[in-house]
Amino acid sequence: MNALKKILGIVWVVLGPVIILFLIAQAMDKISLATTSIDRMNTSLQWGIIILIFIPICAGLMIFGLYSFKGEYDQLPGSSDDL
Amino acid sequence: MSSNKNSETQSITQVIAASSLGTLIEWYDFYIFGSLAVIIGHQLFPSDAGASALINTLAIFAAGFIVRPFGAIVFGRLGDLVGRKYTFLLTLVLMGGSTFLIGLIPSYSSIGYAAPILVLILRLVQGLALGGEYGGAATYVAEHAPVGRRGFFTSWIQTTATGGLFLSLGIIVLTKNILGAENFADWGWRIPFLVSILLVGVSIYIRLKMHESPVFTKLKSEGKVSANPLKESFQKKANFKMVLLALFGATMGQGVVWYTGQFYAQSFLENTCKLDFNESRYILLWAIVLATPFFVVFGAWSDKIGRKWIMLVGMLLGVLTYRPIYQYFIDATNVKEFEKTSLKMTSEPVVTKTLIEGKKDSLLTVSTTKTLNDGMTFREISTTVITDDVLAPVEKKTAIADVTLSGNTYVMIIFLVFFQILLVTMVYGPIAAFLVELFPTQIRYTSMSLPYHIGNGVFGGLVPFIATLVASFPGSTPLSGLWYPIGIAALSFVIGAVYINNKGDENVMD
Repeated sequence: MNALKKILGIVWVVLGPVIILFLIAQAMDKISLATTSIDRMNTSLQWGIIILIFIPICAGLMIFGLYSFKGEYDQLPGSSDDL
Repeated sequence: MSSNKNSETQSITQVIAASSLGTLIEWYDFYIFGSLAVIIGHQLFPSDAGASALINTLAIFAAGFIVRPFGAIVFGRLGDLVGRKYTFLLTLVLMGGSTFLIGLIPSYSSIGYAAPILVLILRLVQGLALGGEYGGAATYVAEHAPVGRRGFFTSWIQTTATGGLFLSLGIIVLTKNILGAENFADWGWRIPFLVSILLVGVSIYIRLKMHESPVFTKLKSEGKVSANPLKESFQKKANFKMVLLALFGATMGQGVVWYTGQFYAQSFLENTCKLDFNESRYILLWAIVLATPFFVVFGAWSDKIGRKWIMLVGMLLGVLTYRPIYQYFIDATNVKEFEKTSLKMTSEPVVTKTLIEGKKDSLLTVSTTKTLNDGMTFREISTTVITDDVLAPVEKKTAIADVTLSGNTYVMIIFLVFFQILLVTMVYGPIAAFLVELFPTQIRYTSMSLPYHIGNGVFGGLVPFIATLVASFPGSTPLSGLWYPIGIAALSFVIGAVYINNKGDENVMD
């Protein structure tokens, strides 16, 4: 199981930036499809919110992956004293 | 011994009742906005905004969710420093006040864009308050609950989110039925917001009589209260890694399952399947009533078999069943297709002609109510723009509205929404106990609140907004929006299955 956690750790580290790049690509695509200036403003606002929210979350996923790769989750604390 | 046990149980019962009532009211305050998104959209934005008004209203709705983690940090810190009781008393006042004020905001036609901006500000206050409330209530109850029964006792707090949604839907449907659809859309939608001040008043009175958590009081008397809960929670690697694990392995998946079952289902039935306003809400009300006891069932069961697998099975079932369930919703309400073979009668058309504001053109609306052989009814509305220019192309649009279901389909859809809420009870029933047991007393309020509110507020709260947005993309289908909750729940399932222990630390006195 610890080997699997290590491998998955790499997956999470890679997944973080991939999600952000995917969201940015989607945002650019959808903004370019908007025909009127109001539509463009609305679409930019909506995607701006989404990207702004998911950047720190994806950073968190990368840190989670890094901890996992380093073996921080190999043994979870059994009680609060272990924290 | 027996008498001591009785008085202890009674005291826990009082703790649960007082905590749950306040939390239920906060959820009520928070959810009336989402339940009235379509009407509020018409009030806050220009009348020709169309679908973007709904999306922008959902964005304001989502803004309340997005700030929940910040509320968790601000009030969580306060709760770990000064105590649980006074912190969640403050959140209750903020929530009640902002909800009441939303009910007083003039519409777009009176004050222009100041209307959505003011509502957005109040919505942010609501989000901050809720961010501080839940962690406090869950921690407060858990710190009163005996070992081995924490899942059972905290599951009562878990029922309040669904209870608040039920209360909000109930008051909305009741108000609309009393006032009539026109008055409700015009000004009656404000009543559910204004009513909140009474509910909050009662809850404040009850909460003022409560005592501080015994675990926190002990900690305080020993001088062991954390000097800087934020620093300890997020800068100490041992704690921070558990915050990340709680978020990605549990609350993220739990959040999307919650909001798909209890929000997106109703929004989908109303906006995509074009179900009648009351019909879609009655379906959800029935499903909630039938499913709510299972919060306690799964909470209590998690005391026996562990929290992990109950939550993860709920997520997995969501991943596997959402698409077939929503496909059924579409198929069962496809009245245009049914009309070809089973049209029973068509009402006399109601024709109205209105002048388009600021133009010489007018809008001709023809509305007919059609009934099918199995008892389903719907309204077909065709609109045509009439211009002076005889050479201009005639623009005619036809839309379906106010679909009511036949008996069998109605029962089946209630069952399918019930099933989705059953999944909610699986993921949500045990999660308060799971989170409380993950963190020590000094930083519990802060540490458990943040992953909970990112999971629920951000991942979950964005379900209606992102799913509606994705479904509006060119080339997408009505089911495309489901990829968001399915993807997040699948990711959380994998992380939870690999990383989380089934049995947590049952001692919360440390």
